[in-house]
Amino acid sequence: MSQKLLQVEGLTTGYRSRAGHIVQVIRNVSLEMQRGETLGLVGESGCGKTTFGMTLLGHLRPGGQVIAGSVRFEGLDLFGLGPDELATIRGQRVAVIPQSASSALTPTMRVADQIAEVLALHLGLAGSELQERTLELLSQARLPQVDELARRFPHELSGGQLQRVAIAMGLAGRPELLVLDEPTTGLDVTTQAHILDLLREIQVSTGTAMLYISHDMGAIARVCDRLAVMYSGEIVEDGAIEDVFAHPAHPYTRGLLGSVPRLSYSGLPRAMAGRPPAPGEDAVGCAFVPRCAFADETCKTIDPALEPTDRVGKIPHLAQCHHWRRVLASGAAGWMQDLKARTNKAAEQEPLLELAEVDITYAKRGLAAFLARWRGEPEPPPTVSGFSITIHRGETLALVGESGSGKSTIARAIAGLLPPRSGRIRFGKQDLAAEVESRPAEIHHKIQIIFQNPDASLNPRHTVKQLLDAPLRLYFDMDRKGRLARSGTLIEEVRLTPRYLERHPGQMSGGEKQRVAVARAFAAEPDLVLCDEVTSALDVSVQAAVLELLAGLQADRGVAYLFISHDLAVVRAIADRVAVLYQGRICELGPVADIYSPPYHPYTETLLAAAPEPVPGARAQLLAKDVQEADPPARGCCFQRRCPRRIGSICDDETPPGQIAAEGHVIRCHIPLAELRESQVDLISPADIETHGVGADAR
Amino acid sequence: MLKLIVQRLIFSVITLTIVAIVVFAMTDLLPGDWATAYFGKWATEEGLAALRDEYGLDRPATERFAEWFSGALRGDFGMSLSRKKPVVELIRYRLRNSLLLGGLASLVTIPLATLLGITAGLRRDRKADAIISTASIVGMSTPEFVIGTLLIWALSVGLGLFPSMTLGNPDAPIADLLPNVVMPTATLTIASTAYLLRMVRTTTINVLTSEYVEMATLKGIPRSRVIFRHALPNILLPTINIMALMLSGLLGGTFVVEVVFNYPGLGRGLVDAVSFRDVPMIQAIALLWAVMYVFFNLGADLLTTFLDPRLRSLRG
Repeated sequence: MSQKLLQVEGLTTGYRSRAGHIVQVIRNVSLEMQRGETLGLVGESGCGKTTFGMTLLGHLRPGGQVIAGSVRFEGLDLFGLGPDELATIRGQRVAVIPQSASSALTPTMRVADQIAEVLALHLGLAGSELQERTLELLSQARLPQVDELARRFPHELSGGQLQRVAIAMGLAGRPELLVLDEPTTGLDVTTQAHILDLLREIQVSTGTAMLYISHDMGAIARVCDRLAVMYSGEIVEDGAIEDVFAHPAHPYTRGLLGSVPRLSYSGLPRAMAGRPPAPGEDAVGCAFVPRCAFADETCKTIDPALEPTDRVGKIPHLAQCHHWRRVLASGAAGWMQDLKARTNKAAEQEPLLELAEVDITYAKRGLAAFLARWRGEPEPPPTVSGFSITIHRGETLALVGESGSGKSTIARAIAGLLPPRSGRIRFGKQDLAAEVESRPAEIHHKIQIIFQNPDASLNPRHTVKQLLDAPLRLYFDMDRKGRLARSGTLIEEVRLTPRYLERHPGQMSGGEKQRVAVARAFAAEPDLVLCDEVTSALDVSVQAAVLELLAGLQADRGVAYLFISHDLAVVRAIADRVAVLYQGRICELGPVADIYSPPYHPYTETLLAAAPEPVPGARAQLLAKDVQEADPPARGCCFQRRCPRRIGSICDDETPPGQIAAEGHVIRCHIPLAELRESQVDLISPADIETHGVGADAR
Repeated sequence: MLKLIVQRLIFSVITLTIVAIVVFAMTDLLPGDWATAYFGKWATEEGLAALRDEYGLDRPATERFAEWFSGALRGDFGMSLSRKKPVVELIRYRLRNSLLLGGLASLVTIPLATLLGITAGLRRDRKADAIISTASIVGMSTPEFVIGTLLIWALSVGLGLFPSMTLGNPDAPIADLLPNVVMPTATLTIASTAYLLRMVRTTTINVLTSEYVEMATLKGIPRSRVIFRHALPNILLPTINIMALMLSGLLGGTFVVEVVFNYPGLGRGLVDAVSFRDVPMIQAIALLWAVMYVFFNLGADLLTTFLDPRLRSLRG
């Protein structure tokens, strides 16, 4: 096919600001896509990825306008078409799969109807044919029991199922181009792995071209052949994905790749300095200059053009950098920080927090509980059961697991926000009361918590100064001057300048807000900080910086962290010891080095196999189904329903024994360790590092 | 669904019992009673005592409540103290008149406000929206008695189309009332439409900027289908509860409008009853209102539960 499927030429879009200026969002982007091509588009949030993706459907959000250039789909200028003509292209020739299917599906319509309307409209299907095709699409998206599922409303499906419905909906009109806007963000790793696998399969069987927008290098590596990197509304690098990953020619790509934590690497990822410019912060010269290690005077005055590099291959490798030669020549060395020598801090330190046989339940209380018992409903098994763990002074213990595994529940119990039903919590040398109100005042400041979303945890009407002042006033006897001085020190410790003291949360970026949340926790001079998914809402580049900050503060102050995360790679970078949690029960517990090599608990194995590493062409191993479970099983092993290595009824009936695999490494499984060791392969081969560049490439 | 209805009905009865206690307590515990009001400054100890004895006003409050409440359950609210007639008889026609006025006003308001609100939302920040929104702000911020007076000035005094006030008795036949009901209806309609349409406009804008409407557009669905199939149900559902609140307010009678037009409805009746300290009358009207509020809200809740799939599975 000689004609390009998609041709974007010099596209510039923007909106008119309140002051009446035109603010550019997409800046002079030119890009072509062939039929059947899979192109990944990466970049930090706010760099224009989604805006660009939507232009491929001739769509701009309200207020947006095309300032220059064109988007041509098979020669048709999309922004020159009227609404009726556009409607014949959308859904039929170009379709979109949205980021969050739960908010993109109409809540008052049955899922089948939302797919059927596309079929009726674009393919003219009707009657039984329409119904059959709808069910066929749903099964193609690997949804179970489609007859029954089709009649459900969106809120009656799980996140993974909704995403599959959205995929079926996108495929319904048999489009030639599919725009996927972060289709797996917010899903659990195993679900994500299944969806990525499905997308790859669809691509192979239908030959649909895909533009895959994501900030997740690992997900892109699974699906795409080609990669484009967007920064500040411009494409700064474009090439075959293997080539870009192994030989990044733009400093931004290099920085992004370096900031991705990897399973195969146990050190901290390297943070990228600075933040992307907001739309409208136009500067002369290259937009990346403030964050660039390669920049010189030329970069500050002359805007580089996207030009071919000397890398040869099937897909031309382009970079928008004056110094691509130097960037390429510097190789991959120095992407990552030196391996941090990890000592087992636990062995040297006294225990700080001990949880013994803790059960936590969200079961009904009071009248509702009485009524349930009266009706003879069995009491559901507790959300968290038999949870015992010790955190030592100055160590980082990570809690890993998928959503619903009870990670946050445990943090809330330690903080005294959710009293456990039974069990004991010891802090230092004393027993802790279940409710925070009954704990002695001098304990309060020693346990602090940092939440996932700083937008929700920082009062938007307070300045940073007020936010930091609150814990100082509450816990310490300090005068105003002293507190102000302390706030100043704290804000510098989280590497912000004292200017930030006067700002409100709304005037800061996500990463800056999370730093303020960290500073607020440390204002209390805690011994233990509960970090609940603290980097999950952040861009990888910012995540790396926050991880670095947390590690630095720990080294200086000797605090202990309970680090809650669903991301195994992040955990590997920061934790000393790891507890793998499924349905509120610990499956495996041990030093970080032991967790990431065999023998694994079958659940750990499932998670590691599904985790998307930024390695092109790699495919996840789908060991277990991604079903969502409601209540934990009442007896036996917590993982019995999904376990790929289930050995029989013993798994359903008996609580698995805690087998000691090494010092401090416990695996709760009925399968003997020797057998596990023998049948499992190392899922994280250091070979990845060699073939894909880290530290190996010296050109 | 049936379980839900029964459950909610039981709760409604409990609510109404509590309301009855509060109403009784408020009218009873306030200083002064009907006897002192009846005699005014000519009150004598003997006269008061005789009157209290006649109407049983000096018996313990609990005893009187039990008697009143059991009567109310049977639809007997006692005798009006000022008019010496059964309360029910006095209220019956007033209720009918209020329902007529409120019913007509709702009949116009609900479709009109929905239509205008959705139009304004669809044409957000354009000319139609500017006109509708400005008009609604003017309508909302003008007190009802001003609207009423302006209408009297224009339509009665100026054009002589409708009578400016009702002179007939509460029990006048409906046909006689019809010319009188036009202007109060217009006043109520203007005030409540202004309020309701702003709510509908806000909901419309929220729904139209939602991701699912954007998604439907990107699926290539024609605009009309996007609006009717994807947006409209989600616009109407949250407004049902607001409508129910408004409906119970309108049907129960409105003081200001009824007083301005001397319309013989419940609101007017309550104002009169209060000025005469006619306690049984006050209690009956207050309880009647409570019943209307509770049951309109119950109706709205059940309706939204029935129509909204999310609530349906939540409440089972």
